[in-house]
Amino acid sequence: MELTVEQKAILNGEKGETLAKVMKTLVMYGEAFDASKMVPVTSDYNHLVTSFGLGVMDPVYELMDTLLKEGVSSSQKFTVDPRPLDPNVPSGFLQNLVFKRFMYNKQEFYEKQLQKLGLLEKDAFTCTCYMSEVGNRPNYGDVLSWSESSAVVYANSVLGARCNRNSGIIDIMGSIVGYVPYFGLLTDEGRKADWIIRIETSKKPEAQLLGSAIGMKVMEDVPYVIGLDRWLGNELNEEACTYLKDFGAATASNGAVGLYHIDGLTPEAKKLGKKLIKENAKEYVITDETLQEVYDNYPIIWKDKDAKPKLCFMGCPHMSLQQLKDWTDVIEENLNRYDNPQVLIPTVFTAAPAVIKEFKKTEYYPRLEKTGIILSYICPLMYMNNPLCAKMPVITSSNKLRTYTTSRYYTDEEIVMQLCKGDR
Amino acid sequence: MKEFKGRIVTPGTCSAEAVVTHEGFNTLASLQKALQFGDKTAKVNDQNNTELYGKPIAGKALCLPQTIGSTTGGLVLYCACKMERNPKCMLFGNRIDSLACAGAVLASVWSDAKMPVIDELGQEFLDYVKDGMKITVQEDGTVIAD
Repeated sequence: MELTVEQKAILNGEKGETLAKVMKTLVMYGEAFDASKMVPVTSDYNHLVTSFGLGVMDPVYELMDTLLKEGVSSSQKFTVDPRPLDPNVPSGFLQNLVFKRFMYNKQEFYEKQLQKLGLLEKDAFTCTCYMSEVGNRPNYGDVLSWSESSAVVYANSVLGARCNRNSGIIDIMGSIVGYVPYFGLLTDEGRKADWIIRIETSKKPEAQLLGSAIGMKVMEDVPYVIGLDRWLGNELNEEACTYLKDFGAATASNGAVGLYHIDGLTPEAKKLGKKLIKENAKEYVITDETLQEVYDNYPIIWKDKDAKPKLCFMGCPHMSLQQLKDWTDVIEENLNRYDNPQVLIPTVFTAAPAVIKEFKKTEYYPRLEKTGIILSYICPLMYMNNPLCAKMPVITSSNKLRTYTTSRYYTDEEIVMQLCKGDR
Repeated sequence: MKEFKGRIVTPGTCSAEAVVTHEGFNTLASLQKALQFGDKTAKVNDQNNTELYGKPIAGKALCLPQTIGSTTGGLVLYCACKMERNPKCMLFGNRIDSLACAGAVLASVWSDAKMPVIDELGQEFLDYVKDGMKITVQEDGTVIAD
């Protein structure tokens, strides 16, 4: 890899041993992908995936401590994934004990580390940092050192920024030296599509199911999706962006997609069209039957498959302001229809702290409260990852949450019927 | 017995018993429970990976096409190495993905773990290698499956 004089000096230890190790990590990482050079990070802010002070992640906190002791800090302020705990979310005595004493006993310590390293503000914890209320929204063409698979795929695909699927720790290292290796999704060639996906469904496909089907098929490749603009339109309005947020998170967690193009809708597809498709790209046609088959094949790993759900999580990735409003309308309407005053399963909607703050200013907030639904900034995934919650029958319409936990996936419509009518 | 030649991502030599998956290895979903709850054998907890679910991978030769899933993947692998619950080596059929590579590089630069990682061993390698086979990794990236 060709390095500039400044980059070589850092690598050779002229700015200290720790910074040299940071640069060595990034160079080795880039060389594995034949990166030709290191390029400057150009976004205003970074986004990190590691938000949780898990006691067993000591090696990460030790590494952060090493960086801090050497006076190394991030050249960019950053947002971080959601916090793993929120007292608003229902949990029993035993769960609280497990969460605070054994699992997330490093949370306070780790948040202090993040503040010293450059946390944007004390509540900058969300996986949807790109929401306008949060303010970490890169421009088209910006080079990022982000992690968090759902945020990376959104930034690349919907915003047209350039970011590889960086891992935690690598993310902050890019910010520390101010450079990232130039390979993969940073390059024009790496952004070309290996797959053509043809949507031939009879109705608008469920975002989370479609993303899952595509992710499992293409894995880490770039798909060019044709026929989805028929359902989403040709403008990246609130509705389309929300759909793509959930769709993208499913492609990234059920596979390893870091970038997708939607014909006639996402910025690069609008600009370059089918020129983005590689020669000999493979094809995958998606019909109603395809999606049904994907749904039917999800394993159900509840001990009692007929158990009554004890909790419902919605908002992985975190919901947008519009999504919170729309869901309030839908839940309210269906509770009235089925003559129930409140939801029949304890339910948590999750969103970024900044989005929650805005939502609380609207007339929707008291209406949502009335339905019995709890609003939280928690990361459902982190909440679920312990033996007590793993045994709980939890339902969700998030394919990411389904993938990483024991929760059971239902479509949005099925969730509404379970919450408001009592369907099982 | 068959020999395969791959590309060295992080160098080293070792011998270990093969554990094989033909599906993407979801690092977070697979290892989080083992790291969190003191399972030194690192049993895979990814419900979607039917080949590996419930199998221990610590100290084994993990043969896989690539890793998938959350971008915590690299740091989870790094932590597994620091906590000595990592596979003895990782052998990729495809070119390594960015998350697994990050984990391998972090372990190599920031820990004492010696986990050889070889990629581009090809589909033929994944077709040939079976659970329980003896795997030897040589310094030049040659992998012998017996």
